[in-house]
Formats: sequence, structure tokens, C-alpha cells
Amino acid sequence: MNDRKPLYLMSPALMWLSAFMVVPCVLILALAFFRRGLYGGIEYTLTLENLALVVDPLYASIFLKSAWIAGLSALIAVVIGYAAAYAISAMPRKHQPKLLFLAVLPFWSNYLVRTYAWIVLLNREGLITALARWFGFEGELPKMLYTEPAVVVGLVYNYLPFVILACYAPLSRLNPEIEEASRDLGGSGWTTFRRVTLPMTVPGIATGFVFVFVLSIGNFVTPALLGGGQFQMIGNLIYAQFLTANDWPFGAALSMVLIAIMMMLLTAQTFAAERGSGGRTEES
Amino acid sequence: MKSAPLPLMLLILGLTFAFLYVPISVLVALSFNESGLPTAWTGFSVKWYGELARNGDILKAAGNTLIVALASTVVATTLGTLLAVGVEIRRRKGRFLETIIFAPMIIPDIVLAIALLSFFSLLNVTMGLHTIIVSHVVFNLAFVCAVVRARLKTFDWSVVEASQDLGASTLTTLRRVVLPVLSPAVVAGALLAFTLSVDEFIIAFFTAGAGRDSITLPMQIFAMIRFGVTPEINALSTIVMGLSVLMLTLSQRLNRGRLPGQ
Amino acid sequence: MIRQKFITPALLTTGLALGAGTAMAEDLVVSNWDGYMAPDAIDAFNQETGHDAELVLHATNEEIMGKLIASKGKGYDVVFVSSPFAEVLHNLGLAEELDHSRLPNLDNLYDAATQLEHDTGNQFSVPYAWGTTGLCYRSDLTDAPQSWMALLQPSDELAGKTTMLATDRWLLAAGQLAKGYSVNETDPEKMAEVRDLLIEAKDTLLAYDDTTFYAKLVSGEAEMVHAWDGWCNYGIAENSDIKYVIPEEGSDLWVDTMVILKASENKDAAYDFVNYILGAETHRWAAENILYKVPNKAAMDGLDPSLIETFPNMGLSPDEMMQYEQLRDVGEAQRAYSRTVSEIKAAD
Repeated sequence: MNDRKPLYLMSPALMWLSAFMVVPCVLILALAFFRRGLYGGIEYTLTLENLALVVDPLYASIFLKSAWIAGLSALIAVVIGYAAAYAISAMPRKHQPKLLFLAVLPFWSNYLVRTYAWIVLLNREGLITALARWFGFEGELPKMLYTEPAVVVGLVYNYLPFVILACYAPLSRLNPEIEEASRDLGGSGWTTFRRVTLPMTVPGIATGFVFVFVLSIGNFVTPALLGGGQFQMIGNLIYAQFLTANDWPFGAALSMVLIAIMMMLLTAQTFAAERGSGGRTEES
Repeated sequence: MKSAPLPLMLLILGLTFAFLYVPISVLVALSFNESGLPTAWTGFSVKWYGELARNGDILKAAGNTLIVALASTVVATTLGTLLAVGVEIRRRKGRFLETIIFAPMIIPDIVLAIALLSFFSLLNVTMGLHTIIVSHVVFNLAFVCAVVRARLKTFDWSVVEASQDLGASTLTTLRRVVLPVLSPAVVAGALLAFTLSVDEFIIAFFTAGAGRDSITLPMQIFAMIRFGVTPEINALSTIVMGLSVLMLTLSQRLNRGRLPGQ
Repeated sequence: MIRQKFITPALLTTGLALGAGTAMAEDLVVSNWDGYMAPDAIDAFNQETGHDAELVLHATNEEIMGKLIASKGKGYDVVFVSSPFAEVLHNLGLAEELDHSRLPNLDNLYDAATQLEHDTGNQFSVPYAWGTTGLCYRSDLTDAPQSWMALLQPSDELAGKTTMLATDRWLLAAGQLAKGYSVNETDPEKMAEVRDLLIEAKDTLLAYDDTTFYAKLVSGEAEMVHAWDGWCNYGIAENSDIKYVIPEEGSDLWVDTMVILKASENKDAAYDFVNYILGAETHRWAAENILYKVPNKAAMDGLDPSLIETFPNMGLSPDEMMQYEQLRDVGEAQRAYSRTVSEIKAAD
């Protein structure tokens, strides 16, 4: 296809994005270069002080903590999600749509409702405690809710179906003959998986990981509810700047840095995705 | 996938679904709890479903959410798929292009929310469900595009060349060669977009305008959070999921279990 | 084909959406917290005055403020916000300068309520409810606390069974009051001390919670919580062992107000609404329903005495309340406050 055709395909989406994302966001992010007014408005004097503030140790540590929690959640979600997607694609074809649907179904209840269900399960007087008591356990269970693990569980839980969907796409169209060929050539099930299936489905894994990471790092509801507000993630921080502190310039600065970091991550992901599809031909 | 051992696969599926459905079972159970409190089970009752039927606000909000999710999913899936195909066909990968495509996923939603509200205000646009839909398409588009692109990375473009060599026009090629192959990914992307939209609160809140007519379910629930999650909301969630299962069973009957494109 | 299957539904839903989006505009849009007015208040208002008001909800001050600032107040007519936020609206020019001749029921207010620090003379806001912030606790599970330190440095049995308010200003206020400082303190050294005290308090804290803390008390998950007095009444209503107390170091006087937006296109209806709420009957009905004190003398004088017996904090007189400081917008120092709260919440 010549180079003009792709442009026609892409243009509706690109126009939409330009009008409803690029322009509005540039207008807001540009505020990073101005100063917060006395009562929270904007004072139109150019300054770099907001960006300088972002590299302050306090905020840097918040970035790192958020990245840690988001990364951990993404990792766990990818492991579980990939396994589940693989298992679904191993089932007879006619069952696969049903299974996918069932995997996504819980997420048509509401985010808050599900998070509250976790609170009901995990709180000190909650269902898990009740269960333990029923089995005769007498003492105090360790604190489950309002801890970092609770936040991770919440994030993994909420984004798991996205990983399953993302990994399912490449897995579903994997040519079974290639796997058979590998086995015929003497490869064990595990080797086949490791050297044939896995590399070919790396794009799905990369996409899934990035989804969860990106969605988790900006998330502020889960740390607030399941973490008891005791963890300041970057999502909470940015939210606080725009809404509580009325400091749009600093909020914009924080957002710019976050976006920049994420862009670098995504470049790495695209790189991994390229390798995944290119690596296949190199190995065979 | 004949090489995968079946018992292991079933175990993985079982464990994953157990993890996914434990909190769901909790909320379904609570919707039938007479006392309405999560801490004390006093008996089975359907009274909360009755309360729900009387609560016009929640029902209206649920309807709005459905409208927004359906509309934004349809638009986003169409635009996103076209975008994905277009991007993957291009030989030159522009850094700038990649940035724009991924940006909606990366931009913190509060920033997008405030940016859109300010922008709409500047242009004096009347806000309502339509502005929420427009805003939701922005991020849904990016996610659909990402999912479809992941599938396209392992797509064999030689079929496309063959089709063109045989004289098919670009449109026909797209419609009858590319799309059928892509359909599982497109469906997955659409499901993803729908799910994201149904749950989305911040952008909806800011772009809904002030009126009562454009309140979505997440907005309504979040506003009611002062008193925790009421049993009516659990009842609603149970109904939503129940209806979805019903729809799936019906569509399975109609399609006789064929994946689209087979 | 999938695309064909989608087109018709797409057209339908878009049509529906546009239809819904351009539905007839209401006479009056009021935004308030859920359950913060008598349940039939809007309907009663509509019936009595023939207006067509509608109520929309906001869960926090911050989110409604964000929306108002970004849209320059368009779309809303009357909003209920806490006093520091009413100040911000005024400073940003979004609040209407009130014409008292259109609010005859202002006379119902206590004198003290017309001289509040944040808005002396009620130039841009009308107080709706007011009260104190203190400690709400289970008297059957733990002893009555005397000082804020009972929350910040709890006894061993109480450790892990306390919550603090998550909202910035009140979170800091607990520490400021414990140290004997003003709740609008701006001196960096003093704020550093407050910060350190609050970081230490995290070790024994169950969670920060400003919406479901009373449910935690009722279930026993928490035994003492940082609470606004009206909220505590919801707990008392469910469990009579729950009690409210103001620690010896004092409290802050919080005030929730009604503000008419300057950008409102329904000023007449807005004034009618605010005036209606200020009516003796209406305001008393509000107090009896939401279990908060209202700054309306005419209303409070007629309050059912049994209500005060069950909920003692409703009997606190305005004179007693005026001894407490109000939270004010701290201008430049807001950035420092925001940073301090981040430091506290980010600390391990």
C-alpha cells in the first residue's frame, strides 16, 4: 500500500485526539510555567520554579513509591493474567468467548462497589476474620486492610481483566502448527513455551504490563480507600494540587514530568514489541 | 494449544476465576442481606431490589452510564482500529505519532478532566452526556488502538499484498482480509473500552456539566459514598452482571457459538 | 460484519445522548452533599415557590471547587461549600455579592452567624450549618479522652483502632490544636513540629477516613475517631454507647455555607432558594433531619428538646462555639500546607 492510504485511516482518530486531547492538555500543561496566584488563580509571570520543585526529594520519593507499587501490581497482574489468557486460549474454541466474557464481567459492577467488597473482606471485623474465627482461630489477625499489600491486591484485581484481554489477542491467533513443529523437533512442553510461544506473544505481555502500570500509577481511589489514605501516590498528589491546594501550575508541572517518564517507558515497550515480532524470524 | 496439559490449565482458570469472583460473591450476597450492613447477616431478603426500583436517581444514572459506554465504545473501536491499522502499515514510525497515540493512556485523568472542562468552557459548549461521550472516546481510542496493534505486530502482511496483487481494492482488502483476522482483537478492544467507560468517574464528573440529566452511575455512587455502599447499589451491580450473563447466553444461542469472523 | 452490527446501535445511542444532553434546562441547579438537606427539601421548595429546582451531589469540597474554577462557575446556581472554600470562590470573583434585601430571612440568624470571620456581614455566603470537630468514641470500649493526644499518641489498647480525618485542613488542625497553635498557623517552625507530631501519629493509626469513620465505630473496628460533631450523631443514632467530646485544647469552628454563583442565570430563583432554606421551619426541619446544628436562631429555638438529649452536641450554644477558631484560607501558605500534608501522608 502506498503511503497515502495509512493517512486516511489514521486521520479521523488523529483529528479527534488533536482536538480533544492535544489542544486542551497543552493549554493546561502550559500552566506549569506560570505561578500560582495568591488565592489559587494564575499569575501570568513566567517561571521555572514549579519544575524545579518537582525534583525535590519529597516528590521524587513519591514518584518512586508510586512506580514501585504500580510496577509490582503490573508484574503480578501480568503473571496471573498471562496464565489465565493462555489457559483460555487452550480451551476449545467455542468456549473461549464465554470465558473471556466471564473474566471481564466482574468489571461491569462498579469500581467503588468492588473496592468496598474488598474492604468488607479485609477489614479487622470483616469476612476473612469471621472465617478465621469460625475455624477456631482466637488471636488477632495481622492487619490486612489499610496496608500496602492491600493496595497492590486492589490494583491487581481491578486491572487483571485488561491484562487477560491484552494477552489473549496474540495468543488466540497463535498458529498451533508452529507449536506442534517444535514438539516434533524434540522440544519439551516447557521449552516450546519458553522459546516459541512466549516470544511470539511478548507484544501482548508488554501491552498488558504497560496498561496496568499506567492505570495504577495515576490511580488515587485505591490508595485512598484500601490504603486508608496513608500512602501518597503520584495520583493523589496531582489530584491534591488541582483540587485541594488549588495549585494548577504545580499540578501541571508534576503531570508533565509524569508524562515524560511514562513516554520513556512506552518507548521501551514498543521496542520490546518490535523485538518480539522480529525475534521470531531470527530464531527459526 | 494441544501441548498444554489440561489439568494445569483448568487449575489456573479455576484459581483466577476464584480470585475474580470472591469479592463479587460478597457483594451479591450483601444485596440479599436483610440488615443491609456488611457486618451482620440477619437473613435473606429481596427488599433492597425493591428499594432500587424506587430509586429513580440510581436507575437514571445507570441508564446514562450505559448510553455513554455504548456510544463511546462504538466510536472509539472504529477510530482506534482504523488508527491501529494505519499506524502499522506505515513504514516510518514517527516518534511524534507514537506520543500522541499513547498520550491518553498516560495523561493523569484529573489533568484530562480539567483540561477538557476548561476547553469546553472556553468554547462555551453546553455540557451534557455528549461531552462525556466525546471525552471518553479520547482514552478508549488509545486502549483499543494498543490492543489491536499488539495483534497486528504478528500479522502476516503478505496476505494483504497477495490480495492487492489479485486486484482487490484497498477497501475490499481491509474489509475481507484484514478485518476478519483482526476481529478477536477488535472485540477484545471493544470490551476493554466498554469496561473502562462504565467505571470512569473523574472525567465524567468534570465533563458532565451541572445538570441532573447527565449524571452517570460512578458519579452517583461516588457522591453517595458518605454513607458507604448501600445495599441498593449492590443490588444494582448484581442485576447488571446478571443481565450481562443473560445477554451473553442469548447471543451465544444466536451465533451458535461461533467467534466473529469464523 | 461487526461494523454493520455496530452502526445502527451507534446512531441510536448517539441520538439518545444528544437528546438527553439538550433536555430542557432546569430553573435552578443546587449542588450539595448527599443527605445534607431534608429529603423533601427541594420538592417542598418547588411546590411552595413554583420554581423547578434540581439537586445534584458532590462528595467533597475539592471536586466541586475544581469544577467551578475550571468552568468559571457556569451551570450551577447555588452551591454548598465549607467556609474556606467560599472564601476562595469570593477571592476568585466567582461568588455573587449578596443583596440582602432579597434575603429577608437573614434576620433569623444568630448575631454571631452574621459576624463570622470568613465573611463578616454575609457579603458572599450564608451559613447553613456549623459545628465543631472533636473525638467520637465508644464509651463501652475505651475511656473518655481528655486531650487531642489521646488520638495522636493513644494508649496501647487503643493503638491501631483510631482514625483521623483525611481532609488536609482538619488533619493538620488536630496537630495544631494539640500543640496549642492556631489552626491557621503559618510559622514554618511551628508547622514543622506539627508535621513531626502527625507523622508519629501514623504509627498507631488505623486509617485516614472522613466518610465512613462512624461505621467503623459502630462495627468496633475503630474505638476512637476524629470526627465532625454532626457525623458523630449518625453513629450515636445507631449505637448509644458512642459519645462525642471536644478535647481540652479546643476545636475549630467549621461552617458550611451557601454561595450563589455570579455566573448563575437564575439569580431570582437562587435568592428564593437561599431565603427559603433560611426560613425558621425549613431550617429547623433540616437540623432535625441531618442532625447538625444550624446557625438559625429562629430554627434552633423551636428545636425538639429530646433531640438535644440524645445528641448532646446539638445543644452547644453559639457563644460557646464562638470561642473556637474558624479555618481560613491561608493564601500563600496554602502551598506549604499542601506540602506538609504530602510529607505526612508519604512518610513510612
